[in-house]
Amino acid sequence: MTTPDNWRPTASLQALRERAQLYTAIRQFFAARGVLEVDTPVLSHGTVTDVFIDGFSTNFAYSNSGHNETLYLQTSPEFALKRLLASYQTSIYQLSKVFRHEGFGRLHNPEFTMLEWYRVGLDHHALMDEISDLLKALIGAQQTERMTYQLAFQKYLNLDPLSDSTQRIAEVFNDCHIDLSDEYPIDHDGMLQLLFSYEIEPRIGQQYPCFIYDYPASQSSLAKINRDDPRVADRFELYFKGTELANGFHELQDAAEQRKRFEHDNRLRRTFRFEEKPLDERFLGALEAGIPACAGVAMGIDRILMLKHGYTHIEQVLAFPVNRA
Amino acid sequence: MANFSTNEFKAGLKIMLDGEPCNILENEYVKPGKGQAFNRVKIRKLISGKVLEKTFRSGESVEGADVMDTELAYLYTDGEFYHFMNNETFEQIAADEKAVGENIKWLVENDVCTITLWNGTPITVSPPNFVELEITETDPGLKGDTAGTGGKPATLSTGAVVRVPLFVQTGEVIKVDTRTGEYVSRVQK
Repeated sequence: MTTPDNWRPTASLQALRERAQLYTAIRQFFAARGVLEVDTPVLSHGTVTDVFIDGFSTNFAYSNSGHNETLYLQTSPEFALKRLLASYQTSIYQLSKVFRHEGFGRLHNPEFTMLEWYRVGLDHHALMDEISDLLKALIGAQQTERMTYQLAFQKYLNLDPLSDSTQRIAEVFNDCHIDLSDEYPIDHDGMLQLLFSYEIEPRIGQQYPCFIYDYPASQSSLAKINRDDPRVADRFELYFKGTELANGFHELQDAAEQRKRFEHDNRLRRTFRFEEKPLDERFLGALEAGIPACAGVAMGIDRILMLKHGYTHIEQVLAFPVNRA
Repeated sequence: MANFSTNEFKAGLKIMLDGEPCNILENEYVKPGKGQAFNRVKIRKLISGKVLEKTFRSGESVEGADVMDTELAYLYTDGEFYHFMNNETFEQIAADEKAVGENIKWLVENDVCTITLWNGTPITVSPPNFVELEITETDPGLKGDTAGTGGKPATLSTGAVVRVPLFVQTGEVIKVDTRTGEYVSRVQK
């Protein structure tokens, strides 16, 4: 964009006011529930190993160590918040900017606002109850729905994501005419994710926000494996009107297991010819010391604003999207 | 031709797909929080006219297509090729029957058409939205009908057949909308 007008904001004054009001409502909600607002670094030595999440990095030339150090912009405050949990064992939240090295689109800006919170003593279902209360307070959603990941695939694609073979998934994938350019092969979870995005996401949560839970263990991320069914993890996501709004876990507390998952991520990164990431030893140190049993969730606040006020493009709720920043 | 990354995708960008030049109609960036990033693209193949959906991994590159539109006046046909001329440079270019396709029936001498060129060769010829053509044959029709209650078929000088009101007669020139193939009005000679 080189138009002479590109110094101007893309959000109206009204949209700026709506954002300010939303922040106030969020802070009131947590103040009433005794959840402490905290502020952790956006710039940090550690980063995530997630195969498909990349942090921006920069060079810190003034470290007390005397060496140049790589610092990362946070893709979520998760590791820092869990280090606080390990130290102070109390429910906390953070409302702040996060950064992901990704493209810009109707629902995406590489810098966006995230609300992330951790509730000591709650499991993921109790946390979903609290999220429902928050959605009622923020966007007036009168109720929410819940469906397992397995049921969603059975209902909309006649496919069992937990027991069907990769070959059967590939058949359904081809039947859905997801015509993929064929430079790289797509794997089992990759096909499930695309099927979910193309065939399920547009059909769930149209009237009320919908939680999808019990994700396959292969997509467990930082969630506990389910005690009763080891094929699934205690992970959920939230969808409303075709938009992914939140991702949450009954949090994994086992440091050795977490380290294995990070190492597994890096092995996958190698197969995709992506750069491997250093493990965040300060975060793993906190897990080793012990975090309390808790559930946590991260929510995209720009998208909440869009849904609340009927905006169709994220730039309408951002003062300056990346192409004007 | 330059390559384009998926980050540069937008409506109107011309790219190569399966050896055929294509026009991007819609582009959506798909990135689940923890999933892979894709571009879901709706594309029109410019030779076959087929519209299809295609998914690219974000960051992938595709070859651009050297496609441009040019405004040229129709001159004549030698039976095999259709000859057009740039009214400013007087440069001439010949399109084959495949490029002209169904639009043969709307080609009127001196009318300015939009010719889409791929690597300098015409691949499609689009006539103006309205053309004026003479009726070479139509039934004399029923007397007294002026409202056009469904009309009658009329054959035009190019061979095109359109429905016209009953009062329109052989030898008259009419205005036709080439996008719909419908009669618009009579033209005073």
